[in-house]
Amino acid sequence: MYQYTETDQTLVDERVAQFKRQTEQYLKGELTEDQFRALRLRNGLYVQTHAPLLRVAGPYGLLNSKQVRKLAYIARHYDKNYCHFTTRQNIQFNWPKLELVPEILAELASVQMHAIQTSGNCMRNTTTDHLAGVCVDEIEDPRPYCEIIRQWTTLHPEFDYLPRKFKIAVSGALHDRAATQFHDIGLHLVKNDAGEIGFRVLVGGGLGRTPIIGQVIKPFLEKKHLLSYLEAILRIYNLFGRRDNKYKARIKILVKESGLDHFSDRVEKEWLLLRDANELSAERIEAMKLEFTPPAYDLDAASDTSFEAHKAANKAFATWVDHNTAAHKVPGYKAVFLSLKAPDSPPGDMTDVQLDAVADLSDQYSFGEVRVTHRQNLILADIKQADLLALWQQLDSLKLATPNIGTATDMICCPGLDFCSLANAGSIGIAKEINEALDDMDYIHDIGDIKINMSGCMNGCAHQSVGHIGILGVDKKGAEWYQITLGGSSENTAAIGERLGPSVAKDQITRAIVDILDVYIKNRLEDESFLDMVNRVGITPFKEQVYATS
Amino acid sequence: MQLVKDKEIVNDTWRYVPEDADLGEGDITVSLARWKSDQQSLLNHKGKVGLRLLPSDGVDSIVDDLDNIQLIELEFPDFADGRLFSHAWLLRSRYNYHKEIRAIGHYIPDQVFYLSRVGVNAFLPAKSSDLPFVLANLNDFTVKYQNSVN
Ligand code: SF4
Repeated sequence: MYQYTETDQTLVDERVAQFKRQTEQYLKGELTEDQFRALRLRNGLYVQTHAPLLRVAGPYGLLNSKQVRKLAYIARHYDKNYCHFTTRQNIQFNWPKLELVPEILAELASVQMHAIQTSGNCMRNTTTDHLAGVCVDEIEDPRPYCEIIRQWTTLHPEFDYLPRKFKIAVSGALHDRAATQFHDIGLHLVKNDAGEIGFRVLVGGGLGRTPIIGQVIKPFLEKKHLLSYLEAILRIYNLFGRRDNKYKARIKILVKESGLDHFSDRVEKEWLLLRDANELSAERIEAMKLEFTPPAYDLDAASDTSFEAHKAANKAFATWVDHNTAAHKVPGYKAVFLSLKAPDSPPGDMTDVQLDAVADLSDQYSFGEVRVTHRQNLILADIKQADLLALWQQLDSLKLATPNIGTATDMICCPGLDFCSLANAGSIGIAKEINEALDDMDYIHDIGDIKINMSGCMNGCAHQSVGHIGILGVDKKGAEWYQITLGGSSENTAAIGERLGPSVAKDQITRAIVDILDVYIKNRLEDESFLDMVNRVGITPFKEQVYATS
Repeated sequence: MQLVKDKEIVNDTWRYVPEDADLGEGDITVSLARWKSDQQSLLNHKGKVGLRLLPSDGVDSIVDDLDNIQLIELEFPDFADGRLFSHAWLLRSRYNYHKEIRAIGHYIPDQVFYLSRVGVNAFLPAKSSDLPFVLANLNDFTVKYQNSVN
């Protein structure tokens, strides 16, 4: 994992000093609300319904145990003993005091963390595959490129006041786990006919109000041109992106309104002027790769026989292994998901006690590293199979072993009306209701792979439009209603969900979801996943059931 | 009026001439529209001539005129309009403009570090009490991650 150099450390320290000064100036009335707003957002600080919200960057989802302990410390000392993990691999604190935020940022800087550009109309935290470096379908580890991009985007002097927020995601595997098709720029490592690895570049994807699937702007970009090409896209966007209407300001609208051809022509022209003077050297790439060399795996790990024996003897353990672990490229290892979706806790939340315990477990079993997934869970990426039973037992006692990864109760859920000032409707409460309605684990496992995403308003922070089932909170004459979509996907076959029909009332939404799942169980073909069935039969049977009852 | 130029506080010797006013004497700046429509009298003007650019003014349209332009003012109507950062970069890096580029209008002193990195070397703050902040904030960071003008 990347370790800060003196330059990195100086930069975050100087940023803390700068924000401390800005906060003091604001509190003395020397900066207007508007001015301070722009500055605080660029340091991750929102002002929400109840209190400020601080969003901390999880650089491409990777944390070490020291950092996780620091998050626990901040949760304990500056918040109400918990934090929240987001779909963009970031960490949020819901109750910091505005005047103490510079102090929190200084704490973060002491463990090589920051909140720079986690909000505001600027380039945001770069995200990637949560199984990067360990998955079995990888073309190349994307993390070195993520770090190169992290550095390039951080405090970029020219592109910090963009028309709107700007998100970059990188995937290095065959299976896209980073939703690259729904980012302002999606980068997918691919191999060309000559066997060289480079990037397929997508542009103009995005969720939110107007979900759009990104389009390929460059089928193959040589690695050495990565930064010059990003710069060309950003310059064209900065100069020509709309600034007259914030709902039309994302790059997806620029691409759509000017047409992909015209947009790519502009980018290409700009890029040709930059390209040769801005190459990323092979040495820089190689040096960065060294920061992500694999840990010292036990090459004998697969010779362990206890794992199979424990699975045979312990059904609960076997079920957990089935659902909450993923294959690992090194024989005898697994990547382990920690479910932050226990039935009685808000999706993605974690307490200080859990954080500290997970830090210890990562030191003990997983080379001291923890990852944040795109579905608000955590991963210990390098677990020996011989250690799985002991780890499971400890996770179970921490309530982090609910065997529901990838299932109906592994919902993505935004903070909704409980915390967010923009919300139309509650989401955490509905997630809880759905959890209660689906309290039979066997039934949940029978339903199998399904992604339910729920957002409290059109901004779509929980990516409802790409949920296999999407739930969107809407306001109807001051009451909370919910619109349902089916068939969305953020994976390789990206799709935006189709609206089922009129929105349903709050007291009907859980029943509607249960109905939808029932229709699936009754009508699926053998081995057919929920998404496959929706793609085969369309929304009609679901629609008939949901609206027949209401 | 005073401004910060090349990290020092100096007196402003320039005057902006509004759209239909007489050019008068001394060092003046004019809008892009005036520059395009009134070029002959501007070239004959006794005193230096500069140009005031807005975010919506394309830099490309003045490339051939740069030799005759002694100062470029980038006027922020709103500090959040980031186009001027690219304008400055283009003027310096692509079109090799070496004379003064000055930020004026509604930017905030907290932006001057970025502005200086993209090539702005003079800062006329909205209020003169901001001069010390501008000077101090030019030194916000001693390190950088990416290439730009500075
Ligand atoms: S989707 Fe809406 S309600 Fe939910 S967190 Fe985002 S802005 Fe708030």
